[in-house]
Amino acid sequence: MSEVKFSKEHEWITLEGDVATIGITKHATEMLGDIVFAELPEKGSNVEKDGTAGVVESTKAASDVYTPVSGEVIDTNQVIVDDPSKINEDPEGSAWFFKLKMKDSSELDSLMNKEEYDKFAKESGN
Amino acid sequence: MGKRVNMEIKKTSLNKLHQINQAKFVEFAGYQMPIQYINGIIEEHKFTRLHCGIFDVSHMGQLFIYGDENLTNELEKIFPLDLKNLKQNNSKYSFLMNEDAGIYDDLIVTKIEEGYLIILNAACKDKDFEILSNLLDKKFKMNLDNSRSLIALQGPKSVEILDSIINGVVRLNFMSGKWFDFNNQKLFVTRSGYTGEDGFEISILNEKAEAFTENLIKKGARLVGLGARDTLRLEAGLCLYGHELDINKTPVEANLKWAISKSRLPNGGFIGSDKIMRQMQNGAKQLRVGIKPEGRLIAREKTKIFNEKNIQIGQITSGTFGPSVNGPIAMGYVDREFSKVDTKILLEVRGKKYPANVCGLPFYKKSYVKGVN
Repeated sequence: MSEVKFSKEHEWITLEGDVATIGITKHATEMLGDIVFAELPEKGSNVEKDGTAGVVESTKAASDVYTPVSGEVIDTNQVIVDDPSKINEDPEGSAWFFKLKMKDSSELDSLMNKEEYDKFAKESGN
Repeated sequence: MGKRVNMEIKKTSLNKLHQINQAKFVEFAGYQMPIQYINGIIEEHKFTRLHCGIFDVSHMGQLFIYGDENLTNELEKIFPLDLKNLKQNNSKYSFLMNEDAGIYDDLIVTKIEEGYLIILNAACKDKDFEILSNLLDKKFKMNLDNSRSLIALQGPKSVEILDSIINGVVRLNFMSGKWFDFNNQKLFVTRSGYTGEDGFEISILNEKAEAFTENLIKKGARLVGLGARDTLRLEAGLCLYGHELDINKTPVEANLKWAISKSRLPNGGFIGSDKIMRQMQNGAKQLRVGIKPEGRLIAREKTKIFNEKNIQIGQITSGTFGPSVNGPIAMGYVDREFSKVDTKILLEVRGKKYPANVCGLPFYKKSYVKGVN
């Protein structure tokens, strides 16, 4: 599996061949608080880089989930829809959101590595 | 990030304690208030339901109005309450209204030896003071007392914890309160609250508030933020000013007729009484209801409500996930013909319509203590 990359919208992405697995970062879940609702894109649908591809809601508010790359949704994680608290428990592991068949691997170039993201998250404070 | 505000944000006497307990702060009605602490809203919520939560509600207004039966007579011209027959140390939930019965604020009135103590919402308190001063024509001494903090203790363990510090609070009935002597100072304690749980509100001098709260923590209570306060009150089906209630809503529309003293209804004589009696006779156009979305969908404030024919019939005023009912809950206003329990409605969220049902309130059953004495 490839190195984990991160977006400014607090998503993480890993790559296996041309299949990308995407979720939200631990930092994002800490900002959101207790997550109580998750909505994922439909399997078979196409999503565009930086477009919305789901929703998470905490007790406080709703937030859009964006996709850091374009592609076709080939799988979604029903476990987090049935029990959204799983997202708080293991955001960067078992609580992934969706898998994409990636369209253009050059879209990864603009994303951050772990060190860059940690710095970004710390500085932006949101 | 955040708004540029020149006015300095106000802090309560417990601010330092909030910081020590790793509060996340929000600005609320000009105050820096804790929305949650380290454990998060759901845990704080559940801890309150099972044990005992401490809420800093010092931003709320504590208005003392001093006077005798003349004051009672004057206040009866303002509030839809039978204040003449209200016993000393008893409290009533009520509203400050305009002539159209639009609600300026919802509040708790307690009759005390010196007159009345009225607890006001933080965002409304200064305006309320002005309105009441004018209505009372400055005939009575009024003090919106900012030398005192207000601490709410809520949950089934509240009585045990507070009585171990202030002997005798166990004998207070729900919706009553009195002065207690404590460490050479006077505390005003009411058995009340806004979470659907048994509990107390303690009015205490600012300089004593921190040590007092630390003592509550030592006895096993935990600080709980405004986030859980909101989920708790919503589960209890209680209104929040600025959401369920505002100047364009009347107590009849808000389904708060129970708070209007029956003895005041035939004759009126309080501000807004004509409108209230008209609405009670003819029915209000819209009514506040409980709403249970199907599945896990959360419908937030301003979500549009439709009937099954896709005609808009109302709007959500508060919506969240109820940790104790383990599902989404909401309140809102719908046209009266759709206000019956079990009416099927649709909620428009992110462009799609989802099914929901009108339901009875509260979502979570209260456990108030009545008739201790």
